[in-house]
Amino acid sequence: MPDLGKYGTEVLSAYLATIALLAGLIALTWLRARRVRAALEQAEARKKNG
Amino acid sequence: MSIWEYANPRKFMGWTGRLVPVFVVLAAVLIGVGLTWGFFFTPDDYRMGATVKIIYIHVPSAMMAINAWVMMLVASLIWIVRRHHVSVLAARAAAGVGVTMTLIALITGAIWGQPMWGTWWAWDPRLTSFLILFLFYLGYLALWQAIDDPDTAADLTSVLCLVGSVFAVLSRYAVNFWNQGLHQGASLSLDKEENVADVFWQPLVVTMVGFGLLFVALVLIRTRTEIRARRLHALEARERMG
Repeated sequence: MPDLGKYGTEVLSAYLATIALLAGLIALTWLRARRVRAALEQAEARKKNG
Repeated sequence: MSIWEYANPRKFMGWTGRLVPVFVVLAAVLIGVGLTWGFFFTPDDYRMGATVKIIYIHVPSAMMAINAWVMMLVASLIWIVRRHHVSVLAARAAAGVGVTMTLIALITGAIWGQPMWGTWWAWDPRLTSFLILFLFYLGYLALWQAIDDPDTAADLTSVLCLVGSVFAVLSRYAVNFWNQGLHQGASLSLDKEENVADVFWQPLVVTMVGFGLLFVALVLIRTRTEIRARRLHALEARERMG
């Protein structure tokens, strides 16, 4: 860990906020992609089976 | 083959399905390398101290906040001119990524500004235009949610995107238009004298490329989801009609 001197709180909080927001964005993107894909597969299966 | 054929939904799903994993891996590697390099292996700045390390997240996110809107503008114009559905779905997909990048830039800028300027916020031209851009992103996303008919939503959000482009441009060039305010000029410029020092510049470029690739990967994934969601909506509507 580098010595951040008197600015440790500022630097770490900026990085943590960024990581949290990016992780949230990636998680939401992935979860919605998975949910829509599963729903579409079910709908196409229903269509195929009449 | 015409370039427009790549935007045919079926073809788009094919070629993007192969490209997404490549972009995801490259983005993860470059962001990992750039942030590790910048955070652990660069010195403090003689004026800003360790806060200079915030540059590796603040500048790439601000850059992508503006570039995302520019991409949305191009996609919206394609929709308006050619009525190409995939283009407007890509614009919608980019908005979610762009609003997050704008929020990151605003938050990290405020955290950086407090120790350097003595305030979290100032009504400086660049900060203010960035805040308005953030509000335009929220309005754009809300408009998509508020309108049921997808083509009407695409028309109205495209017009909103054109109007908001003024603030995307201002966010980038406000410091040049108004020679006032707290925010410094461009961190990276073709003018060598304006650039940050090489020791900070190199990891910054790596991180910026990484953020760019992350943006592309997320937009492709989200556009694919929007295409599937539209197909699902059509199938469900057909089921309801019996």
